[in-house]
Amino acid sequence: MLNIGGLSEGFVLDHIEAGRSMEIYQYLNLDKFDCCVAIIKNARSSKMGKKDIIKIECSIDAIDLDALGFIDHNITVNIIKDDHIVEKKRLSLPKEIKNIARCHNPRCITSIEQELDYIFVLTDPKKEIYRCKYCEEKYRRKKR
Amino acid sequence: MRHLMSPLDFSVEELDQLLDLANDIEKHPEKYAHACDGKKLATLFYEPSTRTRLSFEAAMMNLGGNIFGFSSAASSSAAKGESVSDTIRMVSCYADICAMRHPKEGAPMVASAVSSIPVINAGDGGHQHPTQTLTDLLTIRSLKGRLDHLVIGLCGDLKFGRTVHSLVRALARYEHVTFVFISPEELKVPEYIKEDVLKAENIPYKEVERIEDVMPELDILYMTRVQRERFFNEADYVRLKDFYILNNKKMNLAKDDMIVMHPLPRVNEISVEVDKDPRAAYFRQVQYGVYVRMALILTLLEVKVC
Repeated sequence: MLNIGGLSEGFVLDHIEAGRSMEIYQYLNLDKFDCCVAIIKNARSSKMGKKDIIKIECSIDAIDLDALGFIDHNITVNIIKDDHIVEKKRLSLPKEIKNIARCHNPRCITSIEQELDYIFVLTDPKKEIYRCKYCEEKYRRKKR
Repeated sequence: MRHLMSPLDFSVEELDQLLDLANDIEKHPEKYAHACDGKKLATLFYEPSTRTRLSFEAAMMNLGGNIFGFSSAASSSAAKGESVSDTIRMVSCYADICAMRHPKEGAPMVASAVSSIPVINAGDGGHQHPTQTLTDLLTIRSLKGRLDHLVIGLCGDLKFGRTVHSLVRALARYEHVTFVFISPEELKVPEYIKEDVLKAENIPYKEVERIEDVMPELDILYMTRVQRERFFNEADYVRLKDFYILNNKKMNLAKDDMIVMHPLPRVNEISVEVDKDPRAAYFRQVQYGVYVRMALILTLLEVKVC
């Protein structure tokens, strides 16, 4: 078993679908963080068979959990402070996300208007469908 | 302050009030001739449009108001790279209300977020064209006397036609409306309209390829243009194009009180011979477009006429 050192403050993102950790790394812009990040791929899981885990050593207000809920709301977020898990957070689908995903409709006003935020609104929680606030183009979340 | 971005911005009750006002304008135009004296409508048309811009301008002039604006992006400061947000901030200082047409979808919504005057979406790309839908609803209610208990046939390009999609969504809010979609396989109504609007609300609909097969059951036939460039090959276009041309022979199959509508421009999908048929309602529809835009301007400017 691979051993990764513990965190004094930060996050452990658990129950990530095996193989999706790098996608989440990119969504959360972790490459821009000047902190210690450990990515564990294909860890054994009694619940999922195998899973990915990301450990991030950073201030606990540095990560946008809404963004994480949009990417995969089945991820468990363990918040670590003073070497202890202070909260085990279950994510939910955020009602609105800002500047996490781009609208790919070339006819959308976001393709030309300066400094306009990309905003997607959850229009169908059952089917997990987000639509661009401006042009209503569908952005379907990737399912597990 | 309210804006109009989508035909569903108004509740069914608010829509009834708006259509009542439009019908009162139709009956008593003199009552409203000075309702907007001293008010100014800016028509911000970033792409060419004949009917919609003229209809807005006629509506404001009928109310005694003034109009100014531009009719293409090239003759506006957009050509110099000005953003929609900056343009509307500037226009807000000059006008009391504005109608905006823009090729980019969502542009009027961006404008409404920073505007200090009501913004009317006069068409944003293939997205929304709410005043066309209001026009269609007023035409139907005025000529059929109701917006419920109707069988409406929609014919032609049902895949890309935004007027069709908006009208389906708007009529789906009324009871006992049955939709009959008449189109070639290539131009069928999109799956999301069927799934999200019709099946989700258990609204009856059927899809057919030939007008003749359904003509006797329709209360309304809403025609749209079938464009050659939408077809994958010339053979399919040649095979199908005549199915979607309405002529007197097909009109003979229809009910005596059926009405034919069309958002216009008509090219060849309705034979000129049908124009003389009293059931041809497409030019009356244009007139209703002016009345409903007058009612909309009064409503958004909160002008009361006793």
